[in-house]
Amino acid sequence: MLILTCPNCGIAADETELSPGGQAHLKRFGPGSDDSDFEGYLFLRDNPRGVHFERWRHAMGCGKWFHAARCTVTNEVFATYSAQTSEPPQDVLDRITARRPDWQS
Amino acid sequence: MSDPVTPLNHARFDGYVTIAEAGPTGMITLRGDLADPHLSETLHGVIGAGVPARGRAEVIGDNTICWMSPDELLLMAPRSYVPDALARIASAMGDRHHLAADVSDARAMIRLQGRALREVLAKLSPADLSPAASPPGTIRRTRLAQVPAAILFQGPDRADVLCFRSVARYVFGLLSNAARPGSEVHRTAGAGNPEQ
Repeated sequence: MLILTCPNCGIAADETELSPGGQAHLKRFGPGSDDSDFEGYLFLRDNPRGVHFERWRHAMGCGKWFHAARCTVTNEVFATYSAQTSEPPQDVLDRITARRPDWQS
Repeated sequence: MSDPVTPLNHARFDGYVTIAEAGPTGMITLRGDLADPHLSETLHGVIGAGVPARGRAEVIGDNTICWMSPDELLLMAPRSYVPDALARIASAMGDRHHLAADVSDARAMIRLQGRALREVLAKLSPADLSPAASPPGTIRRTRLAQVPAAILFQGPDRADVLCFRSVARYVFGLLSNAARPGSEVHRTAGAGNPEQ
């Protein structure tokens, strides 16, 4: 069972109150990009064993999107943070490094 | 004008918690920048209080104002006041970014009364509904079984559940079943276990 604290409304929401949005911080390759970039953007996702950045929507709550950093092995949640960012904030990275010193972003 | 018809036609179930549809209630969804002082001022004029704190609901006489999300409020007032309130919001807000809509017919409100109401709700929701996490005056948006709902804790023995009108019958059925006499759990902290 995963409990994520929504940074928008402050509620510690159960996994079943949320909708998963898949891997976070994707860079979009749209019209004009070459086929391999477009394929990578559209189809190819990381599937790490360990630290993972994800998008979630607080669907049965405030309805807002947010980001979460968690470990896919232990389900430890390192942080949840605003959706209005294209990369994880430094304090989130610091917190992950403190818990997983050998982790590489 | 024709009389408003409530979704459940005043349905009522007397279990170990009483489940009853609340009468017709006027509801206005108001979206905008909640940090805008002009919005707060407008609300004071229209409903008698400003923007509530995050996750809180404020009751002012017959009116209630609920914090629903970082850019959304729900105003509840007597139904007859809704057109007037909308007109006053529109004129006070003018061209400022906002949206106000009458959603009175889009929602259902079901009232729970009884000391064990938190236990009944906890059977249906994954949320922490203990008095410590959700004291009276809290509005908690969560899930009841399969549908989204908002629980407004009014006092130690009263809570109002808000849900979409289309699932009103379903939610009423859920709550009635959870409150069926003989299904008491006596587990929830502060649920008011009569045997303690």
